[in-house]
Amino acid sequence: MDWHILAQQLVNGLTLGSIYGLIAIGYTMVYGIVGMINFAHGDVYMVSAYLTAICLAVLFSFGIDSLPFALLATLATTMLITAAYGWTIERVAYRPLRSAPRLAPLISAIGMSLVLQNGVQLSQGAKTQGVPSLIPATLRFGEGNDFVQITLVQLMIIVVSLTSMAALTWLIQRTSLGRQCRATQQDRRMAAILGINTDRIISTVFVIGAAMAAIAGVLVTLNYGSFDFYIGFVTGIKAFTAAVLGGIGSLPGAMLGGLILGLSEALFSGMVNTDYKDVFAFSLLVLVLIFRPTGLLGKPEVEKV
Amino acid sequence: MNQPSFSRCLLAVALAGGLGLGSLANAQDTIKIGVAGPMTGGYAAFGEQFWRGASQAAEDINAAGGVDGKQIELIKGDDACEPKQATAVANRLLDQDKVAAVVGHFCSSSTIPASEVYADAGVLVITPGSTNPQVTERGLPTVFRMCGRDDQQGPLAADFIVNELKAKKIAVVHDKDTYGQGIADAMRARLKELNADDRVVLYEGLTRGEKDFNALVTKIKAAGADTVYFGGLYNEAGPLLRQLREQGLKVNFLSGDGSLDPAIVTTAGGPQFVEGAYMTSVREARNIASSQEVVKKMKEAGFDPAGFTLYAYAALEAIAASMNGAKTGDGMKLAEWLKSHTVPTVLGPKTWDAKGDLNETSFSLFVWGPDGNYTEMQK
Repeated sequence: MDWHILAQQLVNGLTLGSIYGLIAIGYTMVYGIVGMINFAHGDVYMVSAYLTAICLAVLFSFGIDSLPFALLATLATTMLITAAYGWTIERVAYRPLRSAPRLAPLISAIGMSLVLQNGVQLSQGAKTQGVPSLIPATLRFGEGNDFVQITLVQLMIIVVSLTSMAALTWLIQRTSLGRQCRATQQDRRMAAILGINTDRIISTVFVIGAAMAAIAGVLVTLNYGSFDFYIGFVTGIKAFTAAVLGGIGSLPGAMLGGLILGLSEALFSGMVNTDYKDVFAFSLLVLVLIFRPTGLLGKPEVEKV
Repeated sequence: MNQPSFSRCLLAVALAGGLGLGSLANAQDTIKIGVAGPMTGGYAAFGEQFWRGASQAAEDINAAGGVDGKQIELIKGDDACEPKQATAVANRLLDQDKVAAVVGHFCSSSTIPASEVYADAGVLVITPGSTNPQVTERGLPTVFRMCGRDDQQGPLAADFIVNELKAKKIAVVHDKDTYGQGIADAMRARLKELNADDRVVLYEGLTRGEKDFNALVTKIKAAGADTVYFGGLYNEAGPLLRQLREQGLKVNFLSGDGSLDPAIVTTAGGPQFVEGAYMTSVREARNIASSQEVVKKMKEAGFDPAGFTLYAYAALEAIAASMNGAKTGDGMKLAEWLKSHTVPTVLGPKTWDAKGDLNETSFSLFVWGPDGNYTEMQK
């Protein structure tokens, strides 16, 4: 295999992996703090794709022709509204079940996922929607036919993912809010006794997860151009896999899992066979879980006596 | 205390009787016909075409007096393009709704298992859009189609690739589904006949529902292909085309009827990505002289009858015609009637062979222009 083909596959894999990682954050943070899998998270990402298209359409219809401004405004609006979705979902579907058996919020999550999917289908129609390609710029390295290329959007995806990951790590490790999050994660009851409003912290985690999914939604919509009410399912499963691979509950694990998943898909697809790339990715997951049941960066759970 | 409760009992019995009579009368007034397809899920756009087309047909047939004096009542069945759900829907339509015939399904992978259920019950089923050969190759007497077969459609593309495009290296991609892989294999079988199978440099399947095919595109580039054939639906064809162009591949792109839908311009992200792509499909139904009146009516109602809409319309017309002609609801007799008569439909007069395939089907090649519209190519 030529070097430029290999490099191109690395670019493909990194882009895909960054997106998985961004969405995986939502799964991993929620699992870390309330110990449940938020199956509606993939659909929150789907909603953000719709919001992106709606925001862009509204901005352009008002005659705003500065692309950077339109994109930033869209990103901000989408994050805000998607965060509101995340907050509402937690408030409506999960908080009333806080003390219920573990299975109840899980079922509630699946229900929420169906509500979002069908709600969007009914309100926006079943057809695939799309935004036109806005940023056609591409960076190319190499000559003639032997080149490696990365589109500006792909570059944005990688940079934005890594930046938001770094910002989030700083937030969790260095701020008072982060300390409260970690305390709630370690022992919710003890944290409450010490004066932390755990309900508010759990809401915050849902809001952060949704905002990250919104970033992914905006970037994906710019990169692939099309979406429908069903995209949350496939991407959600992949992101969830990434979260488990990296160690569910671990923030850097989510990003690492996403990147490994994206790279392994692209490289296997490029070197061996596209038909079986998912088989390969999931086999990898099985292997990792056999040797490290808590994922790559997950901490072994200590039984509380 | 006894007296009023007794009278209340009587009232209840009378009410129940009334309801029973009511539903009995209702059953005699209407003929129930199922319309099954992907009403939800990623391919719901096709399901909507089925439903709109069949609904318009039912409205028009009912306005003209219905079937044998009875009104048609349509029952919606949603298979979401999933084989398991398709058989469940088929059973529900038969057992619960007691439909007399079915228009459906869409995805060949759904139509094949569902048609077994209908055939076991001896119920007539006409699919407006399943082109996989296996739909009618299994010897089920009550299964018909309103469209052509992939072993007619695939070869047309292969001839064009070899004779007109003179391709040297061909990449064949499919979506691992019955329809997509079937049509890709039919295309390849014809390449073998043309002694051109050694020109296939890549044969791989992508996953339905995904959007990122960049790794596959890079692989196509590495293989040096000059022509890409894709067996699948527009949901995947659009992003695949876009990523081919974004990675700077100026290859010829061909696909089948599952991709020939205006929606591909949306899924690709703009007409500039679709321009120059070739696709085979059944003749454009909206341009046929016999369909003009229906097309106008539906457009006025706010729905452009694209894709399979008019095929669903014609399927219901055929069902109604057979019921009027054979004067029975028995699926086997309806099937016999259809195989021995010419049915006037919105798509023109149609006849069927012993397998349930249309006797005359003509596929055409279409090419996408720079404005996001496709035109039929002249031979």
